[in-house]
Amino acid sequence: MEYFIQQLINGLTLGAIYGLIAIGYSMVYGIIGMINFAHGEIFMIGAFISLIVVLLLNSFGLSWLPAVLIIVLVMAMVFTSLYGLAIERIAYRPLRKSFRLAPLISAIGMSIFLQNYMQLLQGARVKPLQPMITGGFTLIDDGDYTVVLSFLQIIIIITTTIIVILFSFIIYKTQLGREQRACAQDRVMAELVGINVDTTISVTFIIGAALASVAGFLYLLYYGVVDFFIGFLVGIKAFTAAVLGGIGSLPGALLGGLLIGLIEVFWSAYFSIEYKDVAAFSILVLVLIFRPTGLLGRPEIEKV
Amino acid sequence: MEGEIVALIGSNGAGKSTLLMTICGNPHAKAGEILYNNRDITRLSTYEIIRSGISHAPEGRRIFPHMTVLENLQIGARDKECFNREVDRIFTLFPRLKERMHQQGGTMSGGEQQMLALARALISRPRLLLLDEPSLGLAPLLVKQIFKAIREINETEKISILLVEQNAYHALHLAHRGFVLVNGIITLTGTGEELLNNPEIRAAYLEGGR
Repeated sequence: MEYFIQQLINGLTLGAIYGLIAIGYSMVYGIIGMINFAHGEIFMIGAFISLIVVLLLNSFGLSWLPAVLIIVLVMAMVFTSLYGLAIERIAYRPLRKSFRLAPLISAIGMSIFLQNYMQLLQGARVKPLQPMITGGFTLIDDGDYTVVLSFLQIIIIITTTIIVILFSFIIYKTQLGREQRACAQDRVMAELVGINVDTTISVTFIIGAALASVAGFLYLLYYGVVDFFIGFLVGIKAFTAAVLGGIGSLPGALLGGLLIGLIEVFWSAYFSIEYKDVAAFSILVLVLIFRPTGLLGRPEIEKV
Repeated sequence: MEGEIVALIGSNGAGKSTLLMTICGNPHAKAGEILYNNRDITRLSTYEIIRSGISHAPEGRRIFPHMTVLENLQIGARDKECFNREVDRIFTLFPRLKERMHQQGGTMSGGEQQMLALARALISRPRLLLLDEPSLGLAPLLVKQIFKAIREINETEKISILLVEQNAYHALHLAHRGFVLVNGIITLTGTGEELLNNPEIRAAYLEGGR
C-alpha cells in the first residue's frame, strides 16, 4: 500500500508535466486541424531557456527561491512564446491554404530543425542543474518503506494547478478565449463575426508554447538534466495523452496527461522499467482502435 | 438604398450565397469593386469588412454549437461595452433566447438557432445586414415568425437588409426592391410588388412553389 501511494504521487507529478504539454497539442489541433510535431521541441526549448535563466540569476547572486522560480517561469514563458509565434509564422501560416499534409510535413521538418539548432547552440552534451529544491514530507514511515512527498513534487503540482486555472479562465471566461473557441468550432463563421483569425491562431500558438515552457521548467527541476533530444520522447507521450483525452478537448488533454503519467509510473513500478514507453504507446494504439475520439473528445456530428 | 430591404432571388446555383460571401471578402472579388458607404471594400479582409458595420447571417445558421447562447452573443458583440449596451434590446426582440441563455447553441431547435444567428448578427448594431436563407429548413409557422422579426428589425432600427431567399414569395412580399439572379447575372429588377406580379417570375419561382 505504501508503495502504491508513493507511485501515485510520482505518477501525478509526471502526469502534470505531460498534461501541460498535451494542452498545446490539443489547442493547435482544435484550431487548425494539424498536429504540431514541433511542440515537443518547444517544450525542450522552454527547458533550455529556464536553465539559462536559472544560471544567469545564480551568477547575479539572486538565490531567494520564490523569486527565482517566478522570474524563471515568466522569462521562460515569454521567450518560448516568441519561438511558438515564429514557428507558426514561418512554417505553418504560408501553408495554411495548401493541402492538409503540407503543414504536417513542415512541422516534422521544424521539429528536426529545432533539435539541430539547439544542438549547435548548446552542444550535444547533457546539461545538468544542481537540485534547487530538496527535502520533503515523510507521509508514512513504517520502518519498512517510507512514502515521501518531496517539496519539489508539491511545487510541480501547485504550479501546474495555478497555470491550468489561469489558462481555463482565459479560455472559458474572456473574450480572447471565446474567440479562440469560436475559431476552433467554425473558422469561416468566426471571420464573419469580425474575428481576426490570423491573430487568434497566433495567440493559440503563444498560449500553447507558454504552457509547454512551464512544463519544460518543471521537467528541468524534476530530472535536473536537459539535452537537445528530450523534446522527442516527451513530446510524443504528450501527444499520446492528447489523443487519449480526445484531441481538441482541453480538459481531455490534462486528463490524458495525468493518465499517461500514472500508467508509465505504475508500469515501471510493478512490471518492468524498460518497457514503460511501450506501455504508454500501447495505450495510444488501444485508444485509436476502440475509442478514436478519446475519453472526452466529441465525435463530429453534422446537424442539418 | 439605406434602410431598405432588398431581396435577391434565384434558383439553386445562381450565385446568391456566393455574392453575399464575396461582399464579405471570402473569397475576394476577382474583378470589379464593392462599394459600401462610398468606400471601396473589395480588398479588405473579412474581419475588417465586418467591423466596418456589415453583419452576415450565413446559410445554415452556423451558430457556434459548443457555446452557450450568451457566449454566441458575446462573440457577435465583439466587446464588452457593446454587449452590455445591446443585450437587453436583443432579448426583447427574441424573448426565447433569454429563456435559453445558458443552453449550448447546438442543442437548440432549428428555429431557435435561426433566432440566435439573427441575434448574433444584430447585436453589433450593423448598418447593413446580409441574410442568407433565413427560412431554410424551418416549419411554415417559424418561417412567418422569422420574417416578422426581420421586418421589425428593419422598421424599428432602420438597418438595411440584403436578403437571399429560395422562398421567393415571402421574400418579395417583405422586400422594398428585388433582384433576380440567374447564373451570376442579374436579369430582372423591380420593386417587390412588381416582381411578385411579373408573369415570368410567377412561372419560374412562385407557382407550385411557395
